[in-house]
Amino acid sequence: MFGKLSLSAIPYHEPIVMGAVIGSILLAMVILVLITYYQKWTILWKEWLTSVDHKRIGIMYIILSLVMMLRGLADAVMMRSHQALSAGMSHGFLTPDHFSQVFSAHGTIMIIFVAMPFLVGLMNLVVPPQIGSRDVAFPYLNSVSLWLTVAGAMLVMVSLGVGEFSKAGWSGYAPLTELKYSPGTGVDYWIWAFQIAGIGSLVTSINFLVTILKMRAPGMTLMRMPIFIWTVLCTAVLMVLSFPVLTVALSMLTLDRYLGMHFFTNTLGGNMMMYVNLFWIWGHPEVYIVVLPAFGIFSEVVATFSGKPLFGYTSMVFATMAIMVLSFSVWLHHFFTMGASPNVNIFFGITTMIIAVPTGVKVFNWLFTMYRGRIRFTTPMFWTLGFIITFTIGGMAGVLLASPPADYVLHNSLFLIAHFHSMLISGALFGYFAGYSYWFPKATGFTLNEKWGKRAFWSWLIGFYLAFIPLYVLGFMGMPRRMAHYDILAWQPYLIIAAGGLAVILIGVLCQMIQLVVSIKERHIARDLTGDPWDGRTLEWAMASPPAIYNFAATPEVHGIDAFADMKEKGIAYVKPDRYQDIHMPKNTAAGFVNGVLSFIFGFAMVWYIWWLAGISALGMLVTVIIRSTDDNTDFAVPAAEVERIENLRYRELANAVAMPRLTGDQAMP
Amino acid sequence: MNKKSDLVFIGLLSLCTVFFLGGCSDILLFNPKGPIGDAERFVIIVSIALMLIVVIPVFIMVFLFPRKYRASNTKATYMPKWSHSAKIEWVIWLVPAIIITVLGILIWNTTHRLDPYKPIVTGVKPISIEAVSLDWKWLFIYPEQNIATVNQLVFPANVPLSFRITSATVMTSFFIPQLGSQIYAMAGMQTRLNLMADETGTYLGQNQQFSGRGYADMSFKATAVSREQFEAWVQKIKQSPDRLDLSRYEKLEKPSTGYSVMSFSSVKTDLFDYIISKYNEPMAMNPDITKEGFGPMQPKTGALEKS
Repeated sequence: MFGKLSLSAIPYHEPIVMGAVIGSILLAMVILVLITYYQKWTILWKEWLTSVDHKRIGIMYIILSLVMMLRGLADAVMMRSHQALSAGMSHGFLTPDHFSQVFSAHGTIMIIFVAMPFLVGLMNLVVPPQIGSRDVAFPYLNSVSLWLTVAGAMLVMVSLGVGEFSKAGWSGYAPLTELKYSPGTGVDYWIWAFQIAGIGSLVTSINFLVTILKMRAPGMTLMRMPIFIWTVLCTAVLMVLSFPVLTVALSMLTLDRYLGMHFFTNTLGGNMMMYVNLFWIWGHPEVYIVVLPAFGIFSEVVATFSGKPLFGYTSMVFATMAIMVLSFSVWLHHFFTMGASPNVNIFFGITTMIIAVPTGVKVFNWLFTMYRGRIRFTTPMFWTLGFIITFTIGGMAGVLLASPPADYVLHNSLFLIAHFHSMLISGALFGYFAGYSYWFPKATGFTLNEKWGKRAFWSWLIGFYLAFIPLYVLGFMGMPRRMAHYDILAWQPYLIIAAGGLAVILIGVLCQMIQLVVSIKERHIARDLTGDPWDGRTLEWAMASPPAIYNFAATPEVHGIDAFADMKEKGIAYVKPDRYQDIHMPKNTAAGFVNGVLSFIFGFAMVWYIWWLAGISALGMLVTVIIRSTDDNTDFAVPAAEVERIENLRYRELANAVAMPRLTGDQAMP
Repeated sequence: MNKKSDLVFIGLLSLCTVFFLGGCSDILLFNPKGPIGDAERFVIIVSIALMLIVVIPVFIMVFLFPRKYRASNTKATYMPKWSHSAKIEWVIWLVPAIIITVLGILIWNTTHRLDPYKPIVTGVKPISIEAVSLDWKWLFIYPEQNIATVNQLVFPANVPLSFRITSATVMTSFFIPQLGSQIYAMAGMQTRLNLMADETGTYLGQNQQFSGRGYADMSFKATAVSREQFEAWVQKIKQSPDRLDLSRYEKLEKPSTGYSVMSFSSVKTDLFDYIISKYNEPMAMNPDITKEGFGPMQPKTGALEKS
């Protein structure tokens, strides 16, 4: 009846796990009670869970990402404190099996359920308005993507309390992930969480590719698109091309585990080298998928706060495209030590190094954007400067690892860990944080508190260096990654410093939480009445903050690269149209949410071999899709009179706002 | 912001210096004991030096520009329209490109020279060692001496070591940091590695690829001794009562955790090839391949061999 599932699947004997489970359940209960108490269920269901509005979906993606980040950070705390203790005679407080679940979950969560949702959330918030559009091309698909991602995240969370998570690393190398070496349910949780969220990402990428190619405002030629749009376009292309490879690799592994096939097994003709190749054919582009849009955010931020157009727009576009193309020709650098011939290794080593050229160009472009500008040091600008320094150091480490002879000794060491955290924390996360504080007023209508934002920045930056410089050194000292225990006492002091660094990062996270609370409390002081708090250059700043459901009452016309800066200069920025028209918008639908719930049930049933439940939920998904596809009544009209009423309100606010001083960030300058 | 960030930067710099000066002998990769490790350290240092040509200007500019062009400094030139300069763009594309070209030439040469499959030519006859990764320990077979050890690798200094490596479990990586290059061990396949120690001493050896529960303890001692000491050691192992025949191997192969040392006075003939062939069973049905699979292999340099 319940497959492999029984009460013994709940890890009662693990106090740390049970503590986390009880904590999570209590937190969920508190939230549910609060929603009931304030009678918000109807609003939650009608305006959020079933919403197809790109702005709402974007916000929900970012909330998912921030919640999962806390889980990923909790894993980091366990790893760092365990390794700081487990030297010599001491074996730390985690068993090797638990330790490997922790690092596998940390990697999976940070890439798939923090970086991806944060990125997709920002894309959702910003892409349609930046191209002067009212929504994405396929709003219902957008909601499907969101709920598939949430379903994957929920599978990871459930694995905490029911069964176990994978013990084979976030990259799930075969044959360690084969049934023979990993007989438990952990790998299955990992497979289905990855697979379901991966399909969500694939659907998103198709959506954004079409949105950017087909829904730009009149006059916005490709070479007039904001750089953020260019980077999202390249990322969407990368996702469309690489995620199917992941889907296939995971499916083959699934067939091995569920139906006794031998794609990647040790015996009967299986070949684990194929898995490693397929995984990184997705895995390396994935790095650029999460990093490129962050480059776009930095480009927007640095241009806005330097009060200048971005230096070398054309260079930037071509550098982005070069990275996009090259990123498919470098995957083998993840396993130079597999024994390929020198010529193969050299090919992939050199292609990897070539990526450093367009990346370097980007760094110089940002620097020269600041040159002869009027720089306002707001929080997003701080993140950008912190990024440039950290990313340059990480990039140096990357070029070093691209050289096969250096990689022969640095591969799989903590040097590698330090390198990719330099790239992903500064290159992706700092970028998302910059985007978060930059576009926060656009999404909510008030700016974030600058003081707490800067405190968060300094804690993150200092904490980052304390946590990862020791890891670079440990790599040179020969310490491998993923060690649950080590005998070399010389390593311990560095691991203790690294744990201290993480503590400083946690202070940063705390500052960010305080920042959010303080900003919400003081939202009446920090209201953004103009919709343009930073003197922005692109179209999203032409809308009100938060924007009306239809974004633009009249489709804007674009005449140059920085469309809104251009309008403000010509004095046509806030011109009232002669008359308003009815606006057609998509209706909310429960289909996306239902699909997500069913896919979660499907994944859970597959993990525990509950075949009847898997069958029913799969059928349910199919039926949901068919019902929604045959529904012709999917949109509604906002009447012209209603548009006029909303827009008049907006113009009244604008008139009041003129006297307000603009936040420059100089207040925080010493 | 500027004063603060300068202080942070200087603090970090001095912190790094302290790290590096702090325990030089513990920084294994900068303290190599063989020609391969030595050459790899050279590649690391030269690459870092070359990259600094670009990186140092970036560091200077990232502190200089924000300080000079801060909004409160109204005396600085402000060019709100300036966004293009052909001269600057040529430089920022070309200089990194030139550095990458130089680095490319460097890795072309060194990757060929440091190919793990390439025998080390010294005029001394190399010693063959077969390494098998088991759950979770290393088995070393000395085919010429007909002895075997677990988690204990003893070899003469200044004599090239020619390793054949495979795995009887998941993928692992064989690595002695102070001697240089690591290489994966994979079931049903053999990889090769050539190393040499030019000083006697005991070095850390380890598995560098996560392989399950006992991974953290899957380390071994790699001891380089003099020629005479090596011969004496071989004689000592030959006195061991334990012999590695097939049934003993099957017992040894069973997963075990924790670090332990064993020695075997004799080894089943072609045990290494037998271990590889075990994972290639469908091929055993074809008599031609069977012969090849069990017989001595003719490895091609640099290519992955599936026996």
